[in-house]
Amino acid sequence: MTETTTHAMALSPQDLPKASSFFKPHRIFLMLLFATLVFCIAWFMRWDWLPRYLPRLGSGMLVTLAMLFSTAALGFLFAVPLGLVQVTGPRPLKWAASWFCTIIRGTPLLLQLWLLYYGLGSLFPQFPAIRQSFLWPYLRESWPYGVAALTISFAAYEGEVMRGAFAGVPAGELEAGRAYGMSRWTLFRRIWLPRALHRALPTLNGETVLQLKSTPLVATITVVDLYAVISRVRQETFLTYEPLLLLALIYMGLTGLLVIAFKYFENRIPTRGA
Amino acid sequence: MAADPGSLVNWSLLALSPPGWGGALLRGFANSLQIALGGYSLGLLLGIGGAFGKLYGGPILRDLMECYTTIVRAVPELVLILLLYYAGTDAINQLLILVGFGTIDISGLVAGIFVIGVVQGAYSTEVLRGAIKAVPAGQIEAARAYGMSPTKVMTRVTLPAMLPYAIPGLSNLWLIATKDTALLAVVGFSELTLVTRQAAGTTKSYLLFFLAAGALYLALTLVSNVFIKMIERRSRRGFVEQS
Repeated sequence: MTETTTHAMALSPQDLPKASSFFKPHRIFLMLLFATLVFCIAWFMRWDWLPRYLPRLGSGMLVTLAMLFSTAALGFLFAVPLGLVQVTGPRPLKWAASWFCTIIRGTPLLLQLWLLYYGLGSLFPQFPAIRQSFLWPYLRESWPYGVAALTISFAAYEGEVMRGAFAGVPAGELEAGRAYGMSRWTLFRRIWLPRALHRALPTLNGETVLQLKSTPLVATITVVDLYAVISRVRQETFLTYEPLLLLALIYMGLTGLLVIAFKYFENRIPTRGA
Repeated sequence: MAADPGSLVNWSLLALSPPGWGGALLRGFANSLQIALGGYSLGLLLGIGGAFGKLYGGPILRDLMECYTTIVRAVPELVLILLLYYAGTDAINQLLILVGFGTIDISGLVAGIFVIGVVQGAYSTEVLRGAIKAVPAGQIEAARAYGMSPTKVMTRVTLPAMLPYAIPGLSNLWLIATKDTALLAVVGFSELTLVTRQAAGTTKSYLLFFLAAGALYLALTLVSNVFIKMIERRSRRGFVEQS
């Protein structure tokens, strides 16, 4: 996926409005209209269930955030070698990495998730060795499968991004490092990785927002995240729209916070020139 | 160990006729393809409208478009699909009651196309807007100077000239549309992923069916990639090759 596609699918720091842009006459009018709409939603729809479910919503949000950050961090750790191997690795490794990326990026995440949970999950109990290992208590839960599927997917998408970023670092910079007598590891640590990360940063941020947008899928394998809590509310209160509207609002807030945080970090990284 | 690998996997489950589930899988695949095609086309139309609205519309239209793309880009597809699926069918029925017709049953196919289309519309708005902005302004100004009407400028200059810039993004969106159809499994539309899950649940051979469905999706992606490469090469005729 190219940077433009990621940008088209995920909110990015340059989309954040400036404070001054709110004070245009037509915007004030639109905001008033919007405020009336919000007021109508709050006043005429049923929200009495909200206080009862607030603690569960809080823990659901923690699960969602834990899913997001753990899988993004783990996925990134896999993505760096995946990208690097595709640029400089020996041919079999190169093929293996690029096929891995193609296969994961070519199939829906939901299918991968169900393959891991239902497929592997039904396979594991047949082996006594697994049943007796220390991993078994975890493998009986559903969240390890969710973490695994989200990590694999993030690694594949990010691996492709890192491949482009590693390949895009100018050869002269690497040659200069070599001319200084840097070892391969030092060269990688001091020049290649930081430069590649710098190039990949906007896409990385976008992919993280996309990862947040993928986390509700884990609710389909009974992980109790934010989305699962809201589904529970819908089943118990027979309301259709109110819980979903709240859910959309919460996700918008989370995305907004994430994007603001990225903007802060992007501004702290020095760039040359304009 | 079993000497014959065929005995490990019960291939007859994938047979096309009813005791096997192959036919059902293929029908699900056809449904997925239909929704992806319909949703992508609807998304493209919405995207063209959205991009032109965002670039040339008045201030209010522009802000509304911005809200549309911002919401779709900030809320998970799954949540949007649920909201649109219920809200869309509900709104149409309310409207019909208001006009005086009774309620109608909206088919899952139409609802699915609508839902995927709205989501794709926001994405393609952004892709097309970027592509239109990449067209040298002089070309559009020249068309205006010739006295072409805005629609003629659009069909004769802006759309053809932006195509090379838009095609990489649009082809990615096509691949995303094919994969997003899987999300309709959650609202109970029998596309490939849901059929696969039903088949797997009934026969208890989960790995076989999920891998088979994965192979179908992957085949679709790979075949699409071949066509995308061809279209890309054709649309970049006459461009200076960037090494």
